[in-house]
Amino acid sequence: MFRPLIPVSRGAKIVLGVAFFVLFVGLWAAATFGKWVDPLFLRDPWQTIVTGWTLLAAHAYHIDIGVTVWRVVGGFVVAALLGVPLGILMGAYKPIEAFFEPFISFARYLPASAFIPLLIVWAGLGERSKMAVIFIGAFFPLVLMVAVIVSSTRRDLVEAAYTLGAGHSGIVRRVLLPASAPQIAESLRLVLGWAWTYVIVAEYIAAERGIGKTIIDSQALAATDQIIFGIVVIGIIGLVSDYLFKMVNQKLFPWSLA
Amino acid sequence: MSKLVIEGVSRIFPGVHGGEPTRALEPIDLRIADNDFITVLGPSGCGKSTLLRIVAGLDHPTTGTVLLDGQKVTRPGPDRGMVFQSYTLFPWLTVRENICFGLRERGVPAAAQQRISEEWIGKVGLRGFERHLPKMLSGGMQQRTALARALANEPKILLLAEPFGALDNQTRALMQEMLLAIWEAERKTVIFVTHDIEEAIFMASRVVVMSARPGRIKAELAVDLPHPRHYTMKTTPDFAALKARLTEEIRIESIRAAEQMATKAEA
Ligand SMILES: Nc1ncnc2c1ncn2[C@@H]1O[C@H](COP(=O)(O)OP(=O)(O)OP(=O)(O)O)[C@@H](O)[C@H]1O
Ligand SMILES: [Mg+2]
Repeated sequence: MFRPLIPVSRGAKIVLGVAFFVLFVGLWAAATFGKWVDPLFLRDPWQTIVTGWTLLAAHAYHIDIGVTVWRVVGGFVVAALLGVPLGILMGAYKPIEAFFEPFISFARYLPASAFIPLLIVWAGLGERSKMAVIFIGAFFPLVLMVAVIVSSTRRDLVEAAYTLGAGHSGIVRRVLLPASAPQIAESLRLVLGWAWTYVIVAEYIAAERGIGKTIIDSQALAATDQIIFGIVVIGIIGLVSDYLFKMVNQKLFPWSLA
Repeated sequence: MSKLVIEGVSRIFPGVHGGEPTRALEPIDLRIADNDFITVLGPSGCGKSTLLRIVAGLDHPTTGTVLLDGQKVTRPGPDRGMVFQSYTLFPWLTVRENICFGLRERGVPAAAQQRISEEWIGKVGLRGFERHLPKMLSGGMQQRTALARALANEPKILLLAEPFGALDNQTRALMQEMLLAIWEAERKTVIFVTHDIEEAIFMASRVVVMSARPGRIKAELAVDLPHPRHYTMKTTPDFAALKARLTEEIRIESIRAAEQMATKAEA
C-alpha cells in the first residue's frame, strides 16, 4: 500500500481526497454541535450554510464574489502579461538578467500589503489600487521564477538545436520557450494562489464591496459564521481554478507528464 | 582534396578552483577525405568528445583551426550534423516534427519538409511511429530519430558521439548495420566516436586511435574490408587480425590512462 511513487487509481484518489473533507467537516460539526466551543467563536456548519444563503439571497453576496474575482484576475493577468515575457528575456539573455535581477530580487522582498496605503494615495480607492497590490505581489516573484525556469533549459537540447541550424532567436522561440512552457504554467498556478491573499488584505483596508470587505465588516458584528463562509468561498474558488489550471496544463503539455 | 582539415587543434580547460588546468587535447592534425568513414577510438577521458565538439563548433580550440571545405569552423551550423550520446530529441515534438526541426529552421517549404521527413522515416525504419512523442520510444528508436533529424539537413559531415553507447548489444548491432547501409547508399563523410573496437572496425574506412590524456593521435589504421558489409564479417580472419592489432594499441593506452588516474589520486 505504501510503496514510494506508485500511483493510486483514479477512483481511490477521489475517495481519499473527499474523505479528508468529510473528516474535516465532521470534526467541525462534532466540536460545534457537541458544544465544545463557544458558538461566538465558531458557528456550526449548518448555521454557516444558512448564513451563506442569506448573504446570497438578501445581500447580493455574489456581487462581492464577482468583484473580488475580477480584481484577482485583473491584477494577475497584467502581472502575467508583463512578468512572463520579462522573465523569459532574463532567462535567455544574461545581460538583461544582470540588469534587472538585483532590483527584482530586492523588490520581491517588499511586502505587497505594505504598499496598500501608498497605492491608495497614488491610485485612489478604486479598482486600480487593488489590482496594483496584486500586481506588486505577483509580478516580482513571477519574473524570477520564469527566469530560473528558462535558464535551466537542458543545455544538450540547445546544443542539438544549434547543430541543426537554429539561430539565436530560433533557440529562444523553438527550444527555450517550449521547453519551459509547462513549468511556467505551473508557476502561474502558484502565483494565482498568492494573488488571493493580497486581494483580501487590500479589501480589508479600503473597498466598497468584495469578499474581504464583507469579512472585515462581519468582524465588527462578531458574525463568525459570515467570516467562515467567506473563507470557505475563497477556498472553493481556489480549488476550482487550480483544477482548471491543471486540466489546461495537461491538455496543452501532454509530453511533459510522467 | 580533404573535406575536413583539423590543424594543430588543442584544448586546455582552465583549472577548477585554482587547480591545475586540464590538458584535454594535445595539438592534433587530422585530414578527412570526402566520403570517408572515420572512427575514433581511445580510452575514457582522452578527449574524443572534446574533439568532436570542437569540429561541431560547440567548443573552441585553445590553438589550431578546423576547416570544412576550406571554411574555418567558428560556430555550430547545419553543415555539420551531430548525434549525441545522450538522448536529445525535443520532448515536445513528435518523431516527424523532430526530423523536420532543422528543415523548418532553415525555411524549407512545408511540402519539401514532408517529403524529406517521409524519406528519412523510411530509411531509419520508423514508419508507423511518425506521430509518437520521444517519451513513447525506446532508446534505439530515439537514436534513429536523432540520426534521421541530423541527416535530413543534408550535412556535409556527420558527427557521431558514441550514439549507440547506451544501447544493448542486439540493438546496437542493428543500428550499426542500418547506419552502414545509409552510408553505403549516401556516401556521407562521417566521424564516429566509440569505445567499442569491433564497432570501430566494422563501421570504418579508417580507424584513428587516440592516446590517453592529453589526447594525441597515436595510430591510424585503414580498414580495407569490402562493402557492403554484413555482420558475419565480424568473424572473418581479416577482421580478427585488425581487431587484435587495435586491442593491443588500446590496451597500452588504457593502462596508461589508469596509471594517470592512480598518480593523480596519490598527489
Ligand atoms: N567543460 C569541461 N571543463 C573542464 N574539463 C573538461 C570539460 N570537458 C571535458 N573536460 C576534461 O577533458 C578531458 C577529455 O574529456 P572528453 O569528454 O573529451 O573525454 P572522452 O574521450 O570523450 O571520454 P569518454 O570516452 O569517457 O566519453 C577529460 O579529462 C575531462 O575531464
Ligand atoms: Mg565522451
